Amino acid sequence: MAEDLVIIGSGPAGLAAAVEAARAGVKVTVVDENASPGGQLFKQIHKFFGSEEHQAGIRGIDIGYRLLEECHLAKVKVMLNTAAWGIFHSSGNATTVAIKNKNDSLCSLDTKVVLLATGARENPLAFPGWTLPGVMGAGAAQTLINLHRIRPGNRVLMIGSGNVGLIVSYQLKQAGADIAAVIDIKPEIGGWGVHAAKLTRTGIPILCSHKIIEVRGLDKVEEAHVARVDREAKSIPGSEKLFKVDTVCIAVGLSPMAELAWSGGCRFAYLPELGGHVPVHNRSMETTRNNIYIAGDISGIEEASTAMEEGKIAGISIARSLGLLKNECAEELIRNKEKNLSALRGGPMGKTRKLAKEKLIRLFNIC
Amino acid sequence: MKNLITAGFLGREELMRLPGVPAIEALKAKKSLAFIECGEEIPCDPCRSACPRGAITVSPDVTSLPALNTDLCNGCGTCLAACPGMAIFLVDIGYSETEALVSIPYEYLPLPEVGDTGNALDRSGKAIGKAVIVKVKCPESYDRTAIITIKVLKDISLEARHIDI
Repeated sequence: MAEDLVIIGSGPAGLAAAVEAARAGVKVTVVDENASPGGQLFKQIHKFFGSEEHQAGIRGIDIGYRLLEECHLAKVKVMLNTAAWGIFHSSGNATTVAIKNKNDSLCSLDTKVVLLATGARENPLAFPGWTLPGVMGAGAAQTLINLHRIRPGNRVLMIGSGNVGLIVSYQLKQAGADIAAVIDIKPEIGGWGVHAAKLTRTGIPILCSHKIIEVRGLDKVEEAHVARVDREAKSIPGSEKLFKVDTVCIAVGLSPMAELAWSGGCRFAYLPELGGHVPVHNRSMETTRNNIYIAGDISGIEEASTAMEEGKIAGISIARSLGLLKNECAEELIRNKEKNLSALRGGPMGKTRKLAKEKLIRLFNIC
Repeated sequence: MKNLITAGFLGREELMRLPGVPAIEALKAKKSLAFIECGEEIPCDPCRSACPRGAITVSPDVTSLPALNTDLCNGCGTCLAACPGMAIFLVDIGYSETEALVSIPYEYLPLPEVGDTGNALDRSGKAIGKAVIVKVKCPESYDRTAIITIKVLKDISLEARHIDI
């Protein structure tokens, strides 16, 4: 028997969609390759930004607990340790999701609708010494400290001053590590001023126009060489600095994890502002393939708050497409979530994302 | 906000232009006032809803910079723990003839104790004088953001924003 809706990924977008759809009467199954649900939410120990309707002021981890409770109450089925590896169109209107379950055996789920809420992965950065133990993604360091309560090192150099680099530096400091510096090749800090100011006032320098030259060590990270760069991002001779560190974290952006959308035959657009190749989608979060929806970072790198609003729009639209929500009712709900999204993408800091997301929807209409 | 986006902290002139930063006359006139160091138009307004006296407005948009009405603010400090950016401080410039109090949102463990001393750090992390912890508050409603109050010499009270213990 076909499922109503299979959601791939139990992060903020997937869970928010699951709750909205299940409340409307959709039979929802969420699959996630991880051992516990929540995606990155349970690593987000800081208070979220936004307004009351975006649960601002509440820590990500607590938003995660709320979502899990809501899923439980709405009778959402969650399959953990289950990796989805392909999307196929089967006969009729059904879609087949190929999965590897927790016993490592291959099987499939037939479903009327699929929602891809697979999130994003960290971008790597290659430099001499980058394979030494102690060089890791900032997200990996955050998983170690906030989920596993293991501090990866005692003295850290952070590469990248976007919000991920700034927030993870702060959390590494909370975990007891010294942050030698945060460096960024760009002349300006990438993340929000308030996140930067929390670091600088404790004495952590943020060095813009600086790049990593090399990481050295016998069998693990022992020192990092950094240099100032000119306008062409070339290192300036004589500007080298040496940091004695045991950990180097890389926070140079995220890329949407969109492989399943490729495999499902969705049309893509290349929008660097959103992290690279993203499936085009309409206002309802549906891709160019009928019954394949997307939400969250797969549709463009943003934040957990925007991911949840997109997830809700997807969940409501899917319930409507399955005939479980009247059109007028769904429209009203969606307009409300669109208002929330628009607020989160407001102001000068959100303008690039807002325009790029609007472009993605325009591209859907001409695909 | 050039200093904020290139060095990571607000410069003195940038700071004094902010609608959430009280004028020196207002600080002198009141016992204690919020000092809102929020300098970028990001979508965020928990400070507004946290204030029980309606002293903070974020208007017309949720991305507008928070503005402080110094007549309404009574320095209760509720907004300090509510600000997700930990960008609000409390300044009591007239604590004594020579000393001032600065309250700071603080999320490092172990929490300091009353009587602990250390260096007061300015926004760039530079040590600018001595500081003594005079109060540590962390009720459940603050949701694990403690508010620590340090006593510093009056002339550094507009600069001291952290304590290195």
